[in-house]
Amino acid sequence: MTAPSHPAGGASAPDGAEGRVYNVGGADWDEIVAAVGEPSDDSHGEERIVVNMGPQHPSTHGVLRMILTLDGETVTELRPVIGYLHTGIEKNMEFRTWTQGVTFITRADYLMPFFNETAYCLAVERLLGIEDRIPERANVIRVLMMELNRISSHLTGVGPFGLEVGASTVFIYAVRERERTLDLFELITGLRMNHAYIRPGGVSQDLPSGAIEKLREYVRMMPKQFGEIRALFDHSPVFLARTKNIAYLDLAGCMALGVTGPMLRTAGLPWDLRKSQPYCGYETYEFDVPVRQSCDAYGRYLVRMDEMDQSLRIIEQCLDRLEGPRPANDPVMIEDAKIGWPARLALGPDGLGPAPDHIAHIMGQSMEALIHHFKLVTEGFRVPAGQAYAALESPRGELGCHVVSDGGTRPYRVHLRDPSFNNLQSLPAMAEGGLVADVIPAVASVDPVMGGVDR
Amino acid sequence: MTETNQPQQPPQASQPSQVSQADDPAAPDAAELAGRERLSEPVVRTGMFGAEGTPDTSGYGGLQVRQQPPVFSSRPYGSYFDDIADALGSSLEQSDLSFGDAVERVVVDRGELTFHVRREHLPAVARRLRNDPTLAFELCTGVSGVHYPLEAGRELRAVYHMVSITRNRRLRVEVSAPDHDPHIPSLVDVYPANDWHERETWDFFGIVFDGHPALTRIEMPDDWKGHPQRKDYPLGGIPVEYRGATVPPPDERRGYE
Repeated sequence: MTAPSHPAGGASAPDGAEGRVYNVGGADWDEIVAAVGEPSDDSHGEERIVVNMGPQHPSTHGVLRMILTLDGETVTELRPVIGYLHTGIEKNMEFRTWTQGVTFITRADYLMPFFNETAYCLAVERLLGIEDRIPERANVIRVLMMELNRISSHLTGVGPFGLEVGASTVFIYAVRERERTLDLFELITGLRMNHAYIRPGGVSQDLPSGAIEKLREYVRMMPKQFGEIRALFDHSPVFLARTKNIAYLDLAGCMALGVTGPMLRTAGLPWDLRKSQPYCGYETYEFDVPVRQSCDAYGRYLVRMDEMDQSLRIIEQCLDRLEGPRPANDPVMIEDAKIGWPARLALGPDGLGPAPDHIAHIMGQSMEALIHHFKLVTEGFRVPAGQAYAALESPRGELGCHVVSDGGTRPYRVHLRDPSFNNLQSLPAMAEGGLVADVIPAVASVDPVMGGVDR
Repeated sequence: MTETNQPQQPPQASQPSQVSQADDPAAPDAAELAGRERLSEPVVRTGMFGAEGTPDTSGYGGLQVRQQPPVFSSRPYGSYFDDIADALGSSLEQSDLSFGDAVERVVVDRGELTFHVRREHLPAVARRLRNDPTLAFELCTGVSGVHYPLEAGRELRAVYHMVSITRNRRLRVEVSAPDHDPHIPSLVDVYPANDWHERETWDFFGIVFDGHPALTRIEMPDDWKGHPQRKDYPLGGIPVEYRGATVPPPDERRGYE
């Protein structure tokens, strides 16, 4: 059979067993549409178009690629393709000490670094058998940082959601508030992202002076800023039309596909690991689990907004606990010199480093301390053989860390069960049979982060 | 990665050592005994990073890691673990399968319960775990592969973590397969969520999940050779091909000094 020679510039129509095939190179949509509309003896009246969306596409949240099969404007098949951001974090961690592992795993899902770090540290601490010996103050700081991180992550979920359905003001508002949160991260950890702040045994350093005041101001200010976003979105007819009853996934679908997090809670199930299997002392905080019954993209947006309000509540309770006169001995790292590294840090003129009195101690006073320090830094600590799985409620769902030790000073295997990786599987279930325009709110409502998906 | 530079003993089927909770209070030198036992295990790895002759030499290298004997636990397991074992046992009996047939080993360690399930019985066990209302493990949070090149006959492991939302419980199911026959039945029929997870484990470890609807690579390129997270696959040292040209690995590139 001969394919009709086609005049389109970027499109070619080669011979193929499937009939006419048009390859689209660039902005030649009009020609393609015209060519597809041409009557042909071998087309069987079929108007199937395969569209490749991504991996470089502004509305795919990074390097997600989707292969869409369209019948008119209806999506008949959607195949997500991932792997464009695979960086081998899990493999790399097998070649570094347990403490250094934190600096790798924080980069997995780069929008929720504190959750990655905490999941990994909880698993390592379980292997070490030191879960009960983590200082109280370290746990409070962990909860504080995770809840701040939940806000910054949800803001990055909601903001680009707006951008993708055409609401650029919301995007700017959300990114502005996220930036305020990242300023706090920078104040506390020294870095906006990729902090490596939470370490096996505690956290790397205490809050700097002035941080509590800054956090108080943040908590005071944020409800109004969230209100600005909600005022633009909650009742916007355009936003409602794009998201209400779109990307429907009910409870049965969530269960079968292993979907957790805000997507599951929008299907009506109040499953939140902070409540059901608490860690880091979450059972001592007062907060609610927002739930919606709508199973759609709009409901997921509302759940995320409600969760940010609850996070503010938790942050306030953390600040109450951190404030006030500190007991003389109130460490943020486990008091076990063979595990707790970095031993003691202080902010110097050239940045964060070992505290001067610690240096004086190991260099001038105690040979044993120097040996311990050297061993801990170069070799790291040994972790008894075995395996552990620690799970926590990340902004996107259950984040699990499966850690295997062979008894050495570096992990034998680290596996991150990333919620975005799992939840992306539900895209075909949500988008097939719908319109092509609804694919974009569907992706945005999953809130995938490719750094976590591909690791 | 060079796993060892010691003369290699073939991994022996050493007697599983009982995880003792509170036995032997009268043993005179329990610590010394344990120490001697540990030292009798073969050295499986020396050095810290396992990399020789690469730029990555940032560590102290005199470390020895000895092979750990396999552990198993016996009843009572404690916590809710006995309930799970009982419920699974009576549930399996309905399909003419005993707990001992399906589960070769139970490990209770650090507050976590692990069932080592024989691979041929994995789908039956998973179906029971999901469907039996007394078990109700609705969620499977995916598969994590582990490669133990020194454990002959059970080198490859697929580790499943199950969650029961109804009963708020967790369970780990571990399945092993030998390197020369890396087949494990797929659980996509029972837990559709495992689709991508099994593809990932195939991609990284080379475990073939029989019955998976489309077991293709997911993270690495389709034409990639090898399975990168196996222990016999090096970190780095792989030439990268891009559009017909080949870029050598960093340690083999031309120096500019």
